[in-house]
Formats: sequence, structure tokens, C-alpha cells
Amino acid sequence: MNIYDMTLHQLWKMLHEGDITVQEIYGSFAGRIEEVESKVGAFVNLTPDIAELQVHKAADRWSEGRGVTPLTGLPLAIKDNMSLVGVPNTCSSKMLENYIPPYNATVVEKLAEDGALFIGKTNLDEFAMGSSTETSAFKLTRNPWNLGHVPGGSSGGSAAAVAAGESPAALGSDTGGSIRQPASFCGVVGMKPTYGRVSRYGLVAFAGSLDQIGPITRDVYDCAIMMNALSGHDACDSTSADIPVPDHTTGLGQDIRGLRIGLPGELFNEGIDASIREAIYTAVDLLTGMGAECVEISMPHLEYSMPVYYILATAEAGSNMARYDGVQYGYRASGAKDILDMYIRTRSEGLGTEVKRRIVLGTYVLSSGYYDAFYLKAQKVRTLIKADFDRAFTRVDLLVSPVTPTTAFKAGKRADDPLQMYLSDICTIPANLAGLPAMSVPCGFDNGLPMGMQIIGKPFDETTMLRVAYAYEQSTDWHKRRAVLAG
Amino acid sequence: MKYEVVIGMEIHAQLLTKSKLFCGCSTEFGAEPNSQCCPICLGFPGSLPVMNRKAVDHIITTALALNCTVARESIFARKNYFYPDLPKAYQISQDDQPLGERGYLDIMDGSRRIKIRRIHLEEDAGKLVHIEGEPFSLVDYNRGGASLMEIVTEPDIRSAEEAAAYITELRSILRYIGVCDGNMEEGSLRCEPNISLRLHGAKEFGVKAELKNINSIRAVQRGVAYEIERQSQILDEGGTVIQETRRWDEASGTTISMRSKEEAHDYRYFSEADLVRVVVDDAWLNRMAAALPELPQARRERFIAAYGLPAYDAGVLTESKEIGDFFDKVAAISHDYKVVSNWIMGELMRLLNETGQSLEQSHMTPEVLAEIIALVDKGTINLKSAKEVFEESFHTGKTPSKIVADRGMAQISDEAALSGIIEGVIAANSKVAEDFRAGKEAALGFLVGQVMKETRGQANPAMVNKLLREKL
Ligand SMILES: [Zn+2]
Repeated sequence: MNIYDMTLHQLWKMLHEGDITVQEIYGSFAGRIEEVESKVGAFVNLTPDIAELQVHKAADRWSEGRGVTPLTGLPLAIKDNMSLVGVPNTCSSKMLENYIPPYNATVVEKLAEDGALFIGKTNLDEFAMGSSTETSAFKLTRNPWNLGHVPGGSSGGSAAAVAAGESPAALGSDTGGSIRQPASFCGVVGMKPTYGRVSRYGLVAFAGSLDQIGPITRDVYDCAIMMNALSGHDACDSTSADIPVPDHTTGLGQDIRGLRIGLPGELFNEGIDASIREAIYTAVDLLTGMGAECVEISMPHLEYSMPVYYILATAEAGSNMARYDGVQYGYRASGAKDILDMYIRTRSEGLGTEVKRRIVLGTYVLSSGYYDAFYLKAQKVRTLIKADFDRAFTRVDLLVSPVTPTTAFKAGKRADDPLQMYLSDICTIPANLAGLPAMSVPCGFDNGLPMGMQIIGKPFDETTMLRVAYAYEQSTDWHKRRAVLAG
Repeated sequence: MKYEVVIGMEIHAQLLTKSKLFCGCSTEFGAEPNSQCCPICLGFPGSLPVMNRKAVDHIITTALALNCTVARESIFARKNYFYPDLPKAYQISQDDQPLGERGYLDIMDGSRRIKIRRIHLEEDAGKLVHIEGEPFSLVDYNRGGASLMEIVTEPDIRSAEEAAAYITELRSILRYIGVCDGNMEEGSLRCEPNISLRLHGAKEFGVKAELKNINSIRAVQRGVAYEIERQSQILDEGGTVIQETRRWDEASGTTISMRSKEEAHDYRYFSEADLVRVVVDDAWLNRMAAALPELPQARRERFIAAYGLPAYDAGVLTESKEIGDFFDKVAAISHDYKVVSNWIMGELMRLLNETGQSLEQSHMTPEVLAEIIALVDKGTINLKSAKEVFEESFHTGKTPSKIVADRGMAQISDEAALSGIIEGVIAANSKVAEDFRAGKEAALGFLVGQVMKETRGQANPAMVNKLLREKL
């Protein structure tokens, strides 16, 4: 097995047993990037200078046997919307192409302290607005399983990097499915933690009431390791939860007998490809076979998730994007004749079509005369959707559904059809609206493209979710397959 | 006047917090431009606000002092607009559920009640700096993100005098409770009155103009008075007042149009997801209520009732909390309250004014003043010497008894010592003494003067009078 095909915990074990060095691990991934990055296009910027420094420090920690954590000496990729001091934080936008943050995101700080190696910053849909990574101002990222297809988005670069063997794990951010959908498209594991579990400080906001940082990994065990590293209260993020963090690996390997799993009919409707529904039902049979009780349930308000999401997320996004005005940092158009002209030119030239579309939508739904009919009503329906989940969780411990209605689509196929594009997040959005933890676990292939199963958990109960995901994963071998980068 | 004046007032008060509202940056006035900023108050991508609890304390205290209902759950909202001094292009403020609502403030000796509509917490903006002749502007973000309190009244104010009285009383309260330094010139207290006129008895409000750039209480009075005059002239001539924002121009004593309503923004307020709601529980509210000091109005009333002071004295002594506290402390030792009041309103305030010092910066203490009053009382020094002692103590902190001893100021009240001097003066001025004996009362004054001259002013004047009469 190639080093670059291994998981975090496999690599760690080899380091622990002295079978490999930190330098060798970094060398293998750096070599793999050299080999395949031109095909995959997962990264906006590589950060060898930072990684090499970290390699030395991590190697010292290992050799001195001091302060070794489960991530010491292991490479990670960071989505290019999280602050890493000294490296552009572009958000894949022309607007921030040359913006270099002066501070670290809390997650970046935590991972650096753990001794991880930051190999680079990954491509995304501009400001995380998109589902295919095609709205990036810089490059196309391709699906490692079929280079003619998209990797999903917005964390497409992170998912593709992990699937292509360029990094064993990566950070993504998920506002409406931006971790789970690309994880599903790329055949890897992706988790959006409970809102408040992981600090958002340093994550460039798309929609603060929905955004959450989470890991993309090759298997469930690695996901648990990453969750241990990322979770916890942060005084810099008022919305981060000040509650104890469990060891996310403790449930792994425990049986799932007696766990009650709900299948919300609303997420299995005719809009979902039959092959995907089949794959989920097969997975559910497997879980039932292991002793879980699976029941069909109904959550009537889920059908409004899409409009509610596109009102609330765009309202917040429109406001969050307003700071990109050319005054302090980032792109500033030249030749402006006054301040208003500077704003207009800067934003017209610096932002892409999808971002502009959402700014216009968001501005509209908050405008005087429209606020009640759109924003306020959407807030109310969001409360009803949460209540649907609350009710469901009185009957079941977890929910299972498809992650996406289709497998990864062809590049360019939906780029000009925003509604079709938005529909690819129809199964993932509800968990964001309700602030719940949710993950995508590989559950099969259709025409050579991966499919994912979504597990949604109770608030702050990531461990039960991981326990079921692990039990499922260990009885399948989807997670052991690696993309062959051909074509 | 045939019109009724309707005035509402919006106040912005910079809160006395060491750090800004959402970050740890200092709020010190007058620092090097852009030296007190960080990724949070500059709105850098990915930064998040964290609420300064002290600022919330200040709002709760103010709400209590202004008889408001304190919201047990309060939320924050974004006010969206583009301006270079606003780094995030939205201001974190409050819209629905402000921290304080429905209060009042009594002014004009309690004869007028001004209702308070709301009090809320928000962040301040930076400052644009325009350089003469340059085609660009600079931005200083030092003030950006500082904590700001907005207090809005109902349209209950009816004249320029009431407007000035409202600001005077409010400023005094804000200083008493220690939430704002009340400095209108530096802009830590900004007031924006909106003024309209209507015919007496009319139900509908007239069209209002909002005044900005008011840097003193005098300017409040003058600006509002000018605006009343301007609007009544327009109405008298059959014209219509237009809704606009007008700038008070101190130099010309007039108001000048800044912008009309057509340019008004749609701020698209919506809830701020980056902050959690502020929950004020009983314990918090009780702690703030317990810490609330006696307020100026209550203190004025107590000074009149308990100390028998004239209303004027009570007003002057309670204008600042420092002075009022000082009076209370002296009065605990010296029981001739009017004398204490005279000393504070006279000598103390004169010296504070002349030196520009605060009471705390000076060396004056309640014990020192009480001692000086006692020395005069006992006849050890006369009033003239006492004022000199007061001044020296004020500057140096030396105790009065030491100053009196060092400078040999003790009054000569010793009969034996004075008798000799008096006899000498009578002998040297026998003609004047004769005049007195012949019934010329005014001659006594001359002789007293001579004795005082001989004793370099230290003779006890009452005793000199008594002895002179006896000996003549
Ligand atoms: Zn700051």
C-alpha cells in the first residue's frame, strides 16, 4: 500500500512503531501532489514552507517522545476560507486573491498545536457559495473518480484532495451540505458537527447561523480523531458551546443493537435517483441485521427546507459580503471617481456571478416591505423544521437518508442552472437549519461514481453517529477503495 | 406663539469601558490613528464579536436610573449600510428587544416628565479624516467598535429650555452612575434633537428636522431655539417644512441642511447570528440595582430636607457626584451646613475651576475643610486667614493646624496681649478716641483697623471691638 493511500490512524501507528518517519510521510504526500495535482486541481495554494517547518518540529516531538498527539506529523489540507497566518485566504475569490490574514483561525491554531502538517489550502466555490466548486474564481477541481465530473462543493478541493491521495484528511466548512455533499461525491467521510461544537473563529462567514467547520477523512475512525482535535468551547466564538467534549473514538467498535434509526420519507422522494435510494435501503438492511431498529417516519416541514435555506442563508450572506468594499483589504478597482463608484466597480469586478446572485437575493428578502413575507416567515418555518427534528428524536436516536439526489454530475452541466445546482443540497440542508450533527459515509458506487449515506444525530451526540457509521463501514469495504486517476 | 413645539431627543453616549464592545482593544481617547484596532474591530474576514459584559452592565444601570424596564432577554441586530468608517458595512446594534424600554426622566424640579422610549447598546463607527486639498480621505478606526449607548425619548420636550434641561439632567445622571464622561466637545456625549411644530390642539405631528453637530448644552438650547424660529417663520409664511437633517453651525448661530429624507437608507435590520442573546437574570439585575448610587434629583431633595440648604445650594452641590459626596462627608463632621456649602460653592469650586483639576486630583479632603471650619469657629483664625489656609491645603495637602502654626496665623484672642496693644493704639490716637467718646461711632472702626494693623491681621476682631469699647 502506498503511504499516501493510508489513513491518519494507520500512519500514526507506523510512526508510533518506528516504521516510518514524519519526513517520509510528508515526502510521500508531496510526491503524490506533484504527480496528480495538475489533473485534480484541489489546491489554491500549496504551503511547503510552512509544512517543512512543521515536519521538523513534529519529527522532534516524535523522537523526543514529548507532546505527541494523534495528529503529530500528519498532513492536513485546509479549505481556503479559514485563516492561516501568512498565507492568502482567498475564499477562491478574486476579491481576496491577495488578502493575507494576520491571525489564525481557532481550528488552525488547535491543529498546529497538535503538530499537524499544513500542506496547502484547498479550492472551493467562491465564498463557499456553490455545490460543485465551479464558482471558484481560480480553477476547476475535478472528481478523482472521474475527472470529467465535479467533486461537489463547496468543499470540493478538500474532498478531492483526500480522495486523490493528496492529503489523508482535510478541513471543510458546511453551510447547507458543503462538507457532506462533496464527501459523498468523492467517496470519503465528511462530518458537519453540531452547530457550536467547533469554533467558527477565523472561518470566513457565508451564513453565520448555519456555518460549521468539520473534517473530511478516508474513514470513520479518522473522522473521530479529527473531531477530538477540532471540538471544544472557544471564548472567541460566542456561539461555540461551553460543554464538555467526549472522546469521539470511544463508541467505535461498540455494537449498535437496539439503536433506533428513523428514515424520513421526505428525504427519499422521487427526486432522488433510484440507485441511490436502493443503496441506502441496502445499507439500512445491513444496520437492521446488526440489531438496529429502523422505522420510517415523516417530517412534514422538511419540504420547505430549500426555500427557507435560500432566504436565510442569502440574507446573512448579503450582509457578510458587504465588507468587501475595497476600503481596507482585498481587491480595489482602479479609476473610481468617488466612493460610491469605488464600491460599485470593486464589487462588480471582484465578485463572481453566483456570489452576486446571492447578494441580490439576500438584499431583497431583507428589504423594507419584503422582510415579513420572506425573512421573518422563513425564520418561523425554520423553527417548525427544528420542531420536526425534536419530535423525531423522541422516537429515534438517529436519522438516515441519502446525502445527494444524484452522484457527481458532469462539470459544466449545471453551472448555468442555479435551481438544479441548489437541488443537489436538498437532503443536507435540513441538518444545517436545525443545527444538528450530520455526516456522509460511503455506501456504494453507481457507474464508477461514489454514493453516500447521510446520518443525522441529536445535538452534540456525534459519538452515537460515529458509532453507527463505524459499524456500517466495518461491514463494508467502500472506504478501502481508492480512486484511480485516469483520463 | 401659535405653535406647539414637539421635540424628541436621541442621545449617543460612549460608555466608560476599558475595552471596546466586541474585542479587547483600548478605548483611550487621542491615541495615534489606527493604533487601537484588531482583526475583530476592523471586521477582517472570519473574525467574530464577543460581548463586553461591562458594557451591558452600564446599559442596565442606565436603564434602572431612567426608570426603564430592563429586558430579561435582549437580542442584537445588524444595521446594514456602506460607509468607509464602518469596516463590516454593518453596525451591530439593537432593533427589537433593546436592553431598556419605557422609562422617564423628570426635569425642571420635577415639573416636567420626559418619557424614555428605549435604551440600547451598539458599536461606534470609526472617523473619516479629510485633508485640505487632497482628493482622498483617511480613516481612523480607533473609535470603531467602541461601546455606544443610544437613549431615545418620546416626543415630550416642548421648548429649547426643556431640551437643555433634559440634556443637563441626563448628563449629570450618566456621570453619577459612572457610565459616560459626558464630554460633549470630544463627542463622548452626542445629542440629536428632532424638532417639529404644530398648531396647538392639532393631533398630527408636524414635519420634523433633525439636528446634528451639537457640541455643548448651550448649543442644544441655541440650536433648538433657532430651529423653532426657522420653522415657525416658514409656517407663518404658509410654507411647508421639509423633513431633513440639519447641521448646527456654532459660528453663524444657524442650522444648515445636510440631507433630505429622500436619501434615507433602508438599513435592512436583521438578527446578528454571531452573538447569543443577552439574558439578564434576577441575580444580575439585583446586583446592578444594589450598586446604583443616589441620583441627582433624590440627592437635591435630601440636601434641602436634611441639611436645610437653599434649593440653589442643593442644585449646585449635587451637579457632580464628586462634590455631593464631598459635601456629605464634610457635613458629617461640621454641622453648620450652610457654612460648609459656602466653602464648597465658593473657595473649593473657584480653585477647581482655576486649576482645572478634579477634586480627586487636588489635595483637598473633607477632613481638611472640616478642620478649617472648626478653626474659624473656635476663633483660632479669622475668615481671611482661613481662605489662605484652604488654598495652601488644596495645593499641598498640608494640614490646616500645621499651616497655621508654620505661618504664625493664630488669632490673638488673649485678652492680656490685646489689652496692651489696644492701650497703645488709644494713646497714639487720642484725638480719634475723643471723637468716639463724643458719640462719633465711626471712629471705632478706625481704631479697630489700627489694632488689626499692629497685629498684622491676627487679632480676633470681635474681641478687639469688645476691649476697645471697654477701655474707651
Ligand atoms: Zn479591536
